[in-house]
Amino acid sequence: MLTGILIAVAVLLALALVFGGLLGFASERFKVEGNPLVDQIDALLPQTQCGQCGFPGCRPYAEAIAQGEAINKCAPGGESTIKALADLLDIEPQPLDAEHGVEQARRVAVIREDECIGCTKCIQACPVDAILGAAKHVHTVIESECTGCDLCVEPCPVDCIDMVTLEPDIRTWTWTPPSSGIIATDRQGASA
Amino acid sequence: MTQLWDFSGGIHPAENKQQSTSRPIRTAGIPERLVVPLQQHIGEPAEPLVEVGERVLKGQKIADVTMGMGVPVHAPTSGVVERIAEMPVPHPSGLNDWCITLKPDGEDQWRERHPVTDYRSLDPEAVLGIIHEAGISGMGGAGFPTDIKLRPPKDRKVDTLILNGAECEPYITADDMTMREKAAEVVSGLKVMAWILSPERCVIGIEDNKPQAIESMQKACEGTQIEIAVIPTKYPSGGEKQLIRVLTGLEVPSAGIPADIGVMCQNIGTAVAVSRAVFEDSPLISRIVTITGEAVREPGNFEALIGTPIDYLLEQAGLEPQRVNRLVLGGSMMGYTLTTTAVPVTKTTNCVIAATGAELPAPPTERPCIRCGQCAEVCPMELLPQQLFWYSKSGEFEKAEHLNLFDCIECGACSYVCPSSIPLVQYYRYAKGEIRVQRAEQIKADRARERFEARQARLEREQQEKEQRRKERAKAAAEAQAKKQAEAEKAAATGEAVDERAARAAQVRQALERKKAKAATKAETTASEDKPDIEALEKQLAQAKAKLATMQSMLDDAKAQQADNVDKLERAVAKNHDRVQRAEQALADARKALAGTTESQTSD
Repeated sequence: MLTGILIAVAVLLALALVFGGLLGFASERFKVEGNPLVDQIDALLPQTQCGQCGFPGCRPYAEAIAQGEAINKCAPGGESTIKALADLLDIEPQPLDAEHGVEQARRVAVIREDECIGCTKCIQACPVDAILGAAKHVHTVIESECTGCDLCVEPCPVDCIDMVTLEPDIRTWTWTPPSSGIIATDRQGASA
Repeated sequence: MTQLWDFSGGIHPAENKQQSTSRPIRTAGIPERLVVPLQQHIGEPAEPLVEVGERVLKGQKIADVTMGMGVPVHAPTSGVVERIAEMPVPHPSGLNDWCITLKPDGEDQWRERHPVTDYRSLDPEAVLGIIHEAGISGMGGAGFPTDIKLRPPKDRKVDTLILNGAECEPYITADDMTMREKAAEVVSGLKVMAWILSPERCVIGIEDNKPQAIESMQKACEGTQIEIAVIPTKYPSGGEKQLIRVLTGLEVPSAGIPADIGVMCQNIGTAVAVSRAVFEDSPLISRIVTITGEAVREPGNFEALIGTPIDYLLEQAGLEPQRVNRLVLGGSMMGYTLTTTAVPVTKTTNCVIAATGAELPAPPTERPCIRCGQCAEVCPMELLPQQLFWYSKSGEFEKAEHLNLFDCIECGACSYVCPSSIPLVQYYRYAKGEIRVQRAEQIKADRARERFEARQARLEREQQEKEQRRKERAKAAAEAQAKKQAEAEKAAATGEAVDERAARAAQVRQALERKKAKAATKAETTASEDKPDIEALEKQLAQAKAKLATMQSMLDDAKAQQADNVDKLERAVAKNHDRVQRAEQALADARKALAGTTESQTSD
C-alpha cells in the first residue's frame, strides 16, 4: 500500500522534474527579444510620427497601447486604424477621441519657396527627414516622403508652409462602393 | 481538328453584334481637333517632347516615357500643337488627365519613313525596338506595352502563341471586322511576333459566331502553320485565361502570367499594329472602333485616328441625341458609362454604345442576396462571388483577398445572373481599390517608420559624437594643464627659464639679488669711509640755509597777510633753523677733525 503511494509520488516527481527542465530549456532556447506585441501594434499605426496622440511618435504610442493605453488617440489613422487595433487586441473599437484631432484626408506640406528664408527650422522639426535644404538656401518638401504630420508648420518663422489636401487624381482614383439605401420604389418615384 | 477544352461557368448574353457588322469599316477622317492623352498604356505617363505652337508631322513622336514602363505617343496627323493641358479622358472616374491637343492642318503629311522589308535579317531585339518605338500597347483593353509582353522572363519559353479573336463581349465587333477586312495584316503581324518568340504552336481563337471572319482568316492562313481554332460562343471565352484554357487545357496560376505555363496571348488589333509598324514604319496612330447602339442610325466600325473625339464618331454614325439614354465605353458587360462625349479615342478604345433607355435600362435597385448561388455557377474563375460580396460589402478585405479576390477578371457574369440585381463587380472593384490603397499606405508607413528610425539613430549618433568630442576636449585641456605644471616645476628645479613668465620671475629674483648685493657693498663703503666729507657737509649747510631763507620769507609774507598757517610756518622756520645750526656744527666738527688729521700728517 505504502510502496504504491511512494512509487506514484516518485513517478510524478520525476515527471515534474523532466517537464520542468524541458520548459526551462525551451524558455531560454526560444526566447523572444523585445515585446512582439509592440511591433504588431506599431505596424498598424500610420507612422506619421505627428505626436497628436500625446506620445513622441508612433512607437512610443504603440508601447503605451501595449501597456493598456486607449486605442482611439490616433487621428491620422482614423477609424480603420482603431478597427485594426481592436481586432489585434481583441477589444471593442471606440470612436476616435476628438481631443487628439479629427480624421482628415491625406495632406502634405508644401513650402512657398519664394518666401522661404532658409532657416532650417522645419528641417529639424520633420520627423521623417522629408524636407530638403541647407542654411540660407531654399527648402523644399519631398512630397512622396511627407506624412502630413503638421510638425513643420509651427516652427516656420515666416509661415511659408501650407498643408495641402491631396486631391484624388486619375492614377490614385479607386471605385466607390455601390450606393445603397434606396429601395426600388424610391428609384421609380425619382425617375418618374 | 484542334482539340478544345471548356472552362467552367460562363453565360450567353444577347450578342447584339449584327447591327455593326452590316457595313464595312469606314474611315473616320480628320476631325477639327485631336486630343491625344499622354497615358494610354499601363505604366508611367509619357512626357511631352513638343511645345505649344510647334508644327508636327504625321507619325512624329510627340511624347515619350523616359523612366519606367511605357510606350511613346505619336502625332496622328500633321498639324500644330495647340495646347498641352488636362482634358477629359476615357476613364471610369470621369477625371481629367494630361493630353496634347493637336490642330490638324489637313495636309496629313508624313514624317520620313523607313519600312522594313525583310525583318528576318534583323535582330529580334531590333524588331522589338521598332514595336516599342511605334508606341504599341495591347489593344484589347488593358494597354500593356507589347514589346515588354513579347519579352517573356528568360526562364520561360513560350510554346503556344495565341491570337485572341474570340471577341466574346456583346456589341463589340472591331476585331471581327478587322479579321474580315484586314486578314493579311493580321497574319503578317502574327508572323512577326511568332518569329520573335518562335513558339511550337500558333493559334488564332475565333468564336463560332463569326463565320465570315473565320473564312477570311482561314484563307489568309493557307500555306502557313497557323491554326484557326473555332471555339464555341460563350461569354467570357475572350478572357485571356479562359481562351488559354479552351485552346490548351492549361490553367494560368493565381497571381501568375500566361508565360508561366508557356503561353502568350495577343490581340487582333495589336497584330495589325505590329504589321504596320514593321512593314510600313507606321506607328500606332489609328484603330478600329465600333460605334453601335440603338441611338445611332448607321452603327458600324470606324478606322479612327487616336485622339478623335467620341462625339465626332457618333456624329458620323448618325447619332440621334434625343434618344441617347446612356453612353457606354466598351461592351455592355465590362464597359463603363461615359459622363461626356468630349473624350478622345485612345489605343484601348474598342467600342462606344449609344444606348437608348429600352436597350440598356438603368440597373434595378439592389435587393438583398438570397443565396441562390447562381453567381458561383457562372463564375469563369471558379471563385465564390457570394462570399466575396459579403466581405467586400462589410469591409473585411483581408478575408476577400484570402478568397482570391484578385483572381476576379471583373467579367460581370455574376452580376448578369444575379436575381437580386446586386452590382457585384462594383463591390469587387471597390474592394480591390481599397486593398491597393491600403497596400500603398502600408508601404508608405513602413518607409516613414524606416526614415523616422534612421533619423532617431542619426540624432543619437550625433549626440554621442558631440559628447565624445566634448570629452576629448576636456581631456586635452587637462593634459595641457598637467604638462605646463610639470614644465614649470622642471624649470624651477633647473633654474632655467623655460617660458616667459618663469623668465620674468627669474629676472625679478635676479634683480632683487643684485639690489641686495649692491646695498651690502654700499654699506661696506660707507663704513670704510671714516673721514667726513667736508664738501658734502658744506653743501648740506648751503641747502639748509637756502631753505631757511625761503621759509623765513614765506613766514614774513604770511605774517603780513594774517594767514592761518603762520604757526605752522613758524614751526617749520624753527626746524630749519635747528637744521642749519646742526649743519654748521657738523661742518665745524668736520673742519676741526680735518685740521687735526692734516696737522698729524704734516707733523709726520
